[in-house]
Amino acid sequence: MSSRQASLPSLNIDNVAVIRGNRMVLRGLSVTARAGDIIWIRGANGCGKSTLLRLVAGLLTVTAGAIHAEGRVALADENLALDANVTVEAALRFWADMDGASVDARNVALSAMDLQDLAHIPVRFLSTGQRKRASIARVLASHADIWLLDEPYNGLDSASCTRLDQAIIDRAAAGGIVLVAAHQPPSINVAISLSLDSHGVVT
Amino acid sequence: MRAFVALVAREVRLAWTGGGLWLPVVFYLAVATLFPFVTGPDKALLARTGGGILWIAALLATLLPIERLILPDRQSGVLDQLAVRGWSDELVATAKIAGQIVAFALPLLLATVVGSALIGLPEAQLGTLLLGLALALPALSGLSVMIAALTAGLSGASALGGLLLVPITIPLLIFGAGSLAEDPGNAMQLLAATSLAITALSPFAAGAALRASRT
Repeated sequence: MSSRQASLPSLNIDNVAVIRGNRMVLRGLSVTARAGDIIWIRGANGCGKSTLLRLVAGLLTVTAGAIHAEGRVALADENLALDANVTVEAALRFWADMDGASVDARNVALSAMDLQDLAHIPVRFLSTGQRKRASIARVLASHADIWLLDEPYNGLDSASCTRLDQAIIDRAAAGGIVLVAAHQPPSINVAISLSLDSHGVVT
Repeated sequence: MRAFVALVAREVRLAWTGGGLWLPVVFYLAVATLFPFVTGPDKALLARTGGGILWIAALLATLLPIERLILPDRQSGVLDQLAVRGWSDELVATAKIAGQIVAFALPLLLATVVGSALIGLPEAQLGTLLLGLALALPALSGLSVMIAALTAGLSGASALGGLLLVPITIPLLIFGAGSLAEDPGNAMQLLAATSLAITALSPFAAGAALRASRT
């Protein structure tokens, strides 16, 4: 693991196609990203944004083409993956332990998403936007090289959107790669902006 | 290793708070309480059949936690997050089985002491029963995780789980009940061998089921 962290993260998506449930979801997709790149993926519902993130995360396999990701990956998708009956702090601590993250990293992540006041509230009482912030805090605390954020702005208020923008910019500036899948245009400067049509083809 | 321990500890905590710990124990003791009402207070009959009834109760108690073993983690994305972190599905299954051994097998063994007193088993048989169950419970823990992984998300998962469990546990039940006879030696060895095989194979079966159900 340490040798992988030492080298710069990179992401190479080469002519990828995916078939899911007898439907071609992505086709002829090629992206190359280097350390410091922010990639913004846009497209209508069901165009394959989430599928692309799950492919990069290694949760799905490609039908054709190849994906090579160098560096540790963290994913924040629609699933919160935080235990509902424990406090926000305890739920995040579980994943921080999994990632070998320090207490400091966890506290920084909590304050970056303005969750300090919610830290001792059970996860099940969080609102939609607060849940989203908690799942982003999990990614922040992981110190992963490559962030995969699926619709991270959904349900966030404007203050939280600004915080998220800042977190993404900081991660990229520190040499990470951030993939954002969203239906709205980018609110920050991005290195690569992809737009997928309804057949999963880059337009 | 620390991450593995954290995952096992989470399993135990979820069992503790989610009813996975008490439900099997209560069911097990309920069977032990009800059985004498059926047979009447015939001490000799209870001593002869009581051990076997506790074996059946232990096998069926295995089914009680399966709905909360895999499905909630699949739905909440916990399994995805572990996979993203490079955990193999077999290792996740192993952690869950280890958690089941702590949160299901150990409480059931303790409950056996109470259950055998309720049925009025002879003290000499209690030791054999405990040893047999201690040998079989890791296999039952493995089977519960495997069945949970196979049936996660299917409608009628509990009923299907019962159908899957019964044939696989027949050897355990035969050797387990056989070990309660006069000379338990051979049956106990066969029970240990069967249990070892099932325990060793279940993480792979459960891991394959977890992988197949990922979408």
